[in-house]
Amino acid sequence: MSDDRESILSRVRGALAPLRERAAMPDYTTEIAVMRNLLAGRDALAVFSERIKRVNGIALTDPAALVEKLRAGGWLHGYCDPALWPTLAPHFGEGFKVETVFDRTRVDDYAFGITRAAGAIAETGTVILDDVTTSSRLAALAPWVHVAVVNRAQIFSDLPQAVAALGADSNVIWCTGPSKTADVEGILIEGVHGPGVQIALVVD
Amino acid sequence: MKFQQIDQFAAELKADTRAAVYDGSKKGHEKRTKLLFDEFPDPNHLRRVAGKIKQHVVENLDTYLPAVEAKMKANGVQVHWAATADAANAAVLGIMRARGATKIVKAKTMVSEETELAHFLEKEGIETLETDLGEFIVQIDHDHPSHIVKPIIHKNRREIARSFEREGLGAYNDDPETITRRARTFLRHKYLEADVGLTGANFVSVESGRIVLVTNEGNSRFCLAATKCHIAMIGIEKLVPRDYDLGLLLNLLARSGTAQEVTVYTEFISGPKSAAQPDGPEEMHVIFVDNGRTEVLASECRDILRCIRCGACLNVCPVYRQASGHAYRSVYPGPVGAVLSPLLMGEKFAEKADLPKASSLCGACNEVCPVNIPIPDLLLRLRNKAKEENIPSPGTPPMGAWALLASQPTAWRAALWGGKAINYLPTNLLPIPALRAWEAKRTLPAWRGGEFRKWMKGRARTPGASAKTT
Ligand code: SF4
Repeated sequence: MSDDRESILSRVRGALAPLRERAAMPDYTTEIAVMRNLLAGRDALAVFSERIKRVNGIALTDPAALVEKLRAGGWLHGYCDPALWPTLAPHFGEGFKVETVFDRTRVDDYAFGITRAAGAIAETGTVILDDVTTSSRLAALAPWVHVAVVNRAQIFSDLPQAVAALGADSNVIWCTGPSKTADVEGILIEGVHGPGVQIALVVD
Repeated sequence: MKFQQIDQFAAELKADTRAAVYDGSKKGHEKRTKLLFDEFPDPNHLRRVAGKIKQHVVENLDTYLPAVEAKMKANGVQVHWAATADAANAAVLGIMRARGATKIVKAKTMVSEETELAHFLEKEGIETLETDLGEFIVQIDHDHPSHIVKPIIHKNRREIARSFEREGLGAYNDDPETITRRARTFLRHKYLEADVGLTGANFVSVESGRIVLVTNEGNSRFCLAATKCHIAMIGIEKLVPRDYDLGLLLNLLARSGTAQEVTVYTEFISGPKSAAQPDGPEEMHVIFVDNGRTEVLASECRDILRCIRCGACLNVCPVYRQASGHAYRSVYPGPVGAVLSPLLMGEKFAEKADLPKASSLCGACNEVCPVNIPIPDLLLRLRNKAKEENIPSPGTPPMGAWALLASQPTAWRAALWGGKAINYLPTNLLPIPALRAWEAKRTLPAWRGGEFRKWMKGRARTPGASAKTT
């Protein structure tokens, strides 16, 4: 296949050789793609909460409200990142079963997964996961409900800011609302392969 | 053949397929327009800038490709190159064999459609599963996608429910939610059993070596959370210079493709999983695929390599809406396909040289394209290429007589005079089948030939006016 490498690159060079001039990279700022009016002078958390609602996600700031929500949904068995559990456990009362190791052979047992987020994006209502902060990729994906615990100070205002903060992590995922499809007759259905409910728990 | 191939296909299309395609594409287009124009004061400026970025990449692939390869290797990714479809498929198989892998789960990638990867792997005894809901349905039906973003735009829910029943995925139920849940339940265990997860890439940043995947369902995430090996099959034109450029391009792709501000999942992947992460690939391979792209690059139509596969030009195209995707006999239908598919045929260009003719050159595709590709110009260049190569064009009306008439002033004047007779003839009774078919649904406008010549002769000759006519 190193032959293929050489043949592709030499054909690329051959194809471009006759061009008298190559198209230049435009000089521009990604500001042009930012919804500035939306963000102007507003608190990032307020915008984030409003925007996540638009994509059918849920933003909460109080762990007690989270527990309430889970109980109301009948989502009593789940996973929690072991690093978060000591602070969250006191809010979970009777009737919950929470594990801190995700067992992939019982993937259907977990109704919710709680993991840490690396940040959020206000403009789009997005939570940002990365490989270093996520305790288990599967736990953040397979259960019906995913709860991302977002640090309030890590809410970026817009996409270009979040791109600039990508860093060195090998797997960054922006999650904007629950997983969805419109493949069948264009009808929107939530909860395809990923979570059907996406919650952001914003903490200080 | 009575009509051109694509017209023939459209003429024979089932009514509900046509309705499904028409509604689906129209809805997609309208939502996109609203989203782009409500939120940005000048979306066309965005499209132009994005077009320039991608054109720059295309014209500098000779430096960008080795650069991104070096970056990826530094990130711990194994890079492979495949000149042809066969080579790309063989590369996937080679990686799998080396690992003793027998099961692969696939996210949606257009380049693997080009190489017919799933088909190839199954023949080699590899259990291959499409995991995008639409592609999964295409796979169980042994069908082909008819849209590059919405692969089953041509199917209705009743057909899908029957397929699910046939495949043992539950009793007949055509509720889209039930269909989706059944696929969810079935597929999640398949991911967990698989050895390898295969994806494409929407963008690749040369600067960081990151590949970017844009999805909604979460299937590509599952492929990369459950398996131990990730293979990404990527067309050589997918590069962007910097991470910085992703902000603009992601914005445009989501809005143009599915009328979203951002897709549900945008994944930035630069290598195998990190050390402490329990789930996901320990090994990552990238296969850069040519499969005809370097020939497109060498042609006068290289601008089409800017394409980010959003599907907006399909949705807006009046021909696509009437003919549906399968009419194009190619992986890429619609306006983008009418340019790209014949070119990707290489030596066999003639087999698809009819596609560029299936257009009224209305220009709608260029207006919606997020990277501002001048598709109508490219279609004209391809028509010209077909003409120069003397490729026959069955089904197109013979224009020889017209050419003769239009180039002989005397004959032309006589014809204009004779044309008046049409106003007094019962044209619907003339034995010309095409005219009859046309007149069955429309009325011929009254003949007013010769008016322009009269006006031209009679008009005052001012210097300014004559300058305009030269
Ligand atoms: S040609 Fe333009 S509009 Fe059509 S799919 Fe490609 S990027 Fe989208």
